[in-house]
Amino acid sequence: MNTATSSANASRVAERLYRRRTIINRVAIVLSCAAAVFGLFFLTWILWTTISKGIGSINIALFTQNTPPPQEAGGLANAFYGSMMMCGIAILIGTPLGIAAGTWLAEYAGVRRIGLVIRFVNDILLSAPSIVLGLFVYTLVVAQMGGGFSAIAGALSLAFIVLPVIVRTTDEMLRLVPAQMREAALSLGVPQWKVIVQVLYRGAAPGIVTGIILALARISGETAPLLFTSFGNQYWSTDLTQPMASVPVVMNQFTASPYENWQSLAWAGALVLTFFVLVLSLIARAILSRNKSRHE
Amino acid sequence: MSDLTFAMSAPTVSSARRETEVGKQPKMSARSLDFFYDRFQAIKDVNLDIAERRVTALIGPSGCGKSTLLRIFNRIYSIYPNQRAEGEVLLDGENILDPKYSLNRLRSKVGMVFQKPVPFPMSIYENIAYAIRHYEKLGKAEMDARVEEALRQGALWDEVKDKLRQSALGLSGGQQQRLCIARAVALKPQVLLLDEPTSALDPIATSKIEQLIAELADEFTIAIVTHNMQQAARCSDFTAFMYLGEMIEFGETEKLFTQPAKKQTEDYITGRFG
Repeated sequence: MNTATSSANASRVAERLYRRRTIINRVAIVLSCAAAVFGLFFLTWILWTTISKGIGSINIALFTQNTPPPQEAGGLANAFYGSMMMCGIAILIGTPLGIAAGTWLAEYAGVRRIGLVIRFVNDILLSAPSIVLGLFVYTLVVAQMGGGFSAIAGALSLAFIVLPVIVRTTDEMLRLVPAQMREAALSLGVPQWKVIVQVLYRGAAPGIVTGIILALARISGETAPLLFTSFGNQYWSTDLTQPMASVPVVMNQFTASPYENWQSLAWAGALVLTFFVLVLSLIARAILSRNKSRHE
Repeated sequence: MSDLTFAMSAPTVSSARRETEVGKQPKMSARSLDFFYDRFQAIKDVNLDIAERRVTALIGPSGCGKSTLLRIFNRIYSIYPNQRAEGEVLLDGENILDPKYSLNRLRSKVGMVFQKPVPFPMSIYENIAYAIRHYEKLGKAEMDARVEEALRQGALWDEVKDKLRQSALGLSGGQQQRLCIARAVALKPQVLLLDEPTSALDPIATSKIEQLIAELADEFTIAIVTHNMQQAARCSDFTAFMYLGEMIEFGETEKLFTQPAKKQTEDYITGRFG
């Protein structure tokens, strides 16, 4: 009799508990959905504004003509070229250095304190505001050269943004390669550097390439470090020692102007840039997911 | 004892081999060997002889030091800081623990296969050719022949001969492990160390590997770590039983399993602990 009541009691408690949990569950789902919708709403709004304002100025002239004076027709050819050059050089400088440093951290530093310190400093560099890196290059290069803005200074400041990203991804991707792979390769009597270059890099390659692509996506929209390094140039220039135009800096200048043709060119630049970054992200995702499915 | 007699009743290749045995110098021997992970001593004063072209099994409960012992034999432990071995391990009379003994030379003579199959992220062909290329400059025809020979020795050739250029990551677990054996064999080492080579495989793949071990023992000296006593009984000539870092008993497999000299060995092989 006594046990029967207590078990009935217990089941009532369990039911109440269950009902409470169902309600909490529903509330949590609603809240997280609302948060997602809130975020997506603004994202769609931004994308929509960019597309609707930019699409009108997408034409051949955009890619063939240089930035015009106010109230005249023109394009962004010199800015596209400048962005490509400076981003390209930044990747060329940052990638080998970053991979080398990341490899040292993952494969050679071991548990030594210096490795931990470098990793920590690299993380700080990774989150450093880009304008600080721009100022650094301004003091180091531009000011030293008598205040001469140049494309190479711009590329250098972008390289400082690329570097920590690649150091970090190389380090992490190499450390994700299973220790058994290292042991298996080393147990064949192959020296460590060969094992790293010929076996471990292959295992880590998709991750490292993804890191490079994401670094490229990041710097292609950077404005602050270019403002006082490469400055800008309204003419077509291929001279790396001279100031050079770039898409983000031109956008910064044109959107703030009262001239309508400048504003619409800025929107077109924004649209092309957004599309470029989107494509880069898609490529990065494709590389990673292809690699993942191959390992399963 | 009944499952044990069952294990022993299967005719073994090793027993056939034993009949032609002549008294030989051990290929490898450990002499008063100690091993430390930082301050923890994982191997305590171990002495062991590994007979040439025979299969020597190392058994014992988890954490008894059997894998650790194997990892000393090609000094693979030395890639980790804070791991060190003391004592002697002789290979053909030379102490391989001597820092002057070249690691490359040692590892070209002593190959190793690990618990988890680890094919390199490259083609099946390249997995084999990669290591050979490090030691020998071969023309394409010669390299093709070497790769085929190794894959045949690994009992894998028939399954992969039409897809040598495909990624090795696409092979099944059992095939990957045979590829790893082929890769180790391709360097024509003298000793093969197998660290629980079948523990990640299904029974069919396991029996293929066991068959392979029996065949390879005609040519190579094999040391195998296994937590599967039936496996040790099936495919080894000699067995060493380890417990808590010590060598408890060592002898001919048949004798160790049927008439163990020590109480601890008997308790372990009859399943009373471990």
